[in-house]
Amino acid sequence: MARMVTTQRKVISTAAAWLVGFLIFFPILWMVLASFKTELEAFAIPPSFLFFHWTTENYVTVQERSDYFHHALNSIIIAGGSTLIAMLIAIPAAWSMAFSPTKRTKDVLLWMLSTKMMPPVGVLVPIYLIFRNFGLLDTRSGLIFILCLGNLPIVIWMLFTYFKEIPKDILEAARMDGATIGRELIYVLTPMAVPGLASTMLLNLILAWNEAFWTLNLSTLEAAPLTVFIASYSSPEGLFWAKLSAASTLAIAPILVLGWFSQRQLVRGLTFGAVK
Amino acid sequence: MGQITLQGVQKSFGPVHIIKGADLDIADGSFVVFVGPSGCGKTTLLRLIAGLEDVTGGAILIDGRNVVDVPPAKRGLSMVFQSYALYPHMSVRGNIAFGLKMAGIARDEINRKVESAAATLNLTPYLDRKPRELSGGQRQLVAIGRAIVREPKAFLFDEPLSNLDAALRVQMRLEVTRLQKQLGTTAIYVTHDQVEAMTMADKIVVLNGGKIEQYGSPLELYEKPANLFVAGFIGSPKMNFVTGDLARQQGATTIGVRPEHLKVERDGQGGWHGTVSVAEHLGSDTFLYVDAGPQGMLTARYIGELDLHPGDKVSLIPDPARIHRFDDSGKSIHA
Ligand SMILES: Nc1ncnc2c1ncn2[C@@H]1O[C@H](COP(=O)(O)OP(=O)(O)O)[C@@H](O)[C@H]1O
Ligand SMILES: [Mg+2]
Repeated sequence: MARMVTTQRKVISTAAAWLVGFLIFFPILWMVLASFKTELEAFAIPPSFLFFHWTTENYVTVQERSDYFHHALNSIIIAGGSTLIAMLIAIPAAWSMAFSPTKRTKDVLLWMLSTKMMPPVGVLVPIYLIFRNFGLLDTRSGLIFILCLGNLPIVIWMLFTYFKEIPKDILEAARMDGATIGRELIYVLTPMAVPGLASTMLLNLILAWNEAFWTLNLSTLEAAPLTVFIASYSSPEGLFWAKLSAASTLAIAPILVLGWFSQRQLVRGLTFGAVK
Repeated sequence: MGQITLQGVQKSFGPVHIIKGADLDIADGSFVVFVGPSGCGKTTLLRLIAGLEDVTGGAILIDGRNVVDVPPAKRGLSMVFQSYALYPHMSVRGNIAFGLKMAGIARDEINRKVESAAATLNLTPYLDRKPRELSGGQRQLVAIGRAIVREPKAFLFDEPLSNLDAALRVQMRLEVTRLQKQLGTTAIYVTHDQVEAMTMADKIVVLNGGKIEQYGSPLELYEKPANLFVAGFIGSPKMNFVTGDLARQQGATTIGVRPEHLKVERDGQGGWHGTVSVAEHLGSDTFLYVDAGPQGMLTARYIGELDLHPGDKVSLIPDPARIHRFDDSGKSIHA
């Protein structure tokens, strides 16, 4: 009897999980499907799900009208660059706060996080003016700079929690074993910190890739990443559903692939410490 | 060689004095246990010797050389941590070999030493496992392996068995003592468990509030405790203390009698009269908690079974040769 109930439960919860998963996934699926329709079919009511005239013309048009690879390259440079610089700043910062904290460490961490609570639009005008005066508008370096600053608090906070999890005893054991600071870093600390570093880096990469507020406001063409490329298809002249979908599909494809291959790492990193 | 001397060692954390001047002489090859209640500074004192903390004052001599400015690795000591502190990403082999690798020893010599240490500790089948694939006892053995393989001047143990279950703890206790005798290496062992201290030590250091209360062999501490604290801390169940007229008659402020030195008689003559309030029958021993009126609650231990129950009237007769006397300041009075 008890057994039957649990089987039944299992079936129901599995079905529910699949349903929720499908609901979340559906818009993405719909977008991908729409990108293979003609503009007319994309608007058709009732919409056709699979039985329509499949075409790749949207992709061709999108690439002709605006250079996908140009924007994709910008996205890679901006997301990669800002992640790299953020990591370079955050590792030593989180390191010193985790391993030699002072009375002010908690306050500093909270202050960093508090900067993320302000809506970015609140500082749009001053930042815009600074960018204009320094000639940073529509430059990759400008976007790398602002995205790096935007993500830094989260990156430092994440790394800090990872480093905090490393037991001090182990570092002391290494010191008793005769490891110099350098060797302690190479043989003991780094291998223990790598999962945390990797998932922080991945998350930062994804956040930077998807960041739309600053990229839309501070770039137009030269430095514009894929977010701007997508937005250009919802223009005042009219909404081009099919082309917008094609552009969006192209834009999210790389990050989707990255996410797919790194999902285990990502989940492990984000639940680090919760399950030991 | 591993002869360790502490001379007026002090340690403060900010304004708080934790170690208030410790003097100690540890002979080469001896097994010394630091024992005391939680928070009395045992770990701190051990870490000062290890070099993981810097002394605020005083000198630490290892084989005659003051090492207070010498980094931990150069002191030639190895430490076994309460948390084991194994390197989680390395195999058992890697863990044991790490210190040798850092010392730049040739690879085949490392292998030989690691394998011989593993054999000593019956760890050979586990050499290629990761720490997370071992039981608690096995992990502690690996930590010990890591300590012995470096052939240190002394081992430092910080409550190494406190995370193990009771049965395993007894077994590991024997294992550690046997190993230390076999290697003949000086060992300093920290514990809050006085049974561990009594069973393992050649000499015990009783610490309390950052001060050394007494330093001596287990039986010295049992038979001639220097003061009230040591008298109460060493021995289980605790020594009975009686104050007032009874003590004054003996020329002391407090007198102490161990539970095993109280003879129990049913309605006997003389001694201290009382009523049994709790009786614990272990078969091998009987523990009686007796309400003795003006003398307060007294504990008596009888070897073997004694058919007494709560409410029974008894008299307790202290062995006159085994009465400990203490003065106003709690110090022992020796006749
Ligand atoms: N790094 C430290 N900073 C401040 N106080 C400390 C530090 N380490 C230990 N203490 C204090 O020193 C006292 C003794 O600690 P410890 O040596 O760990 O005691 P034990 O090992 O005997 O239980 C405790 O009151 C503890 O709070
Ligand atoms: Mg301790």
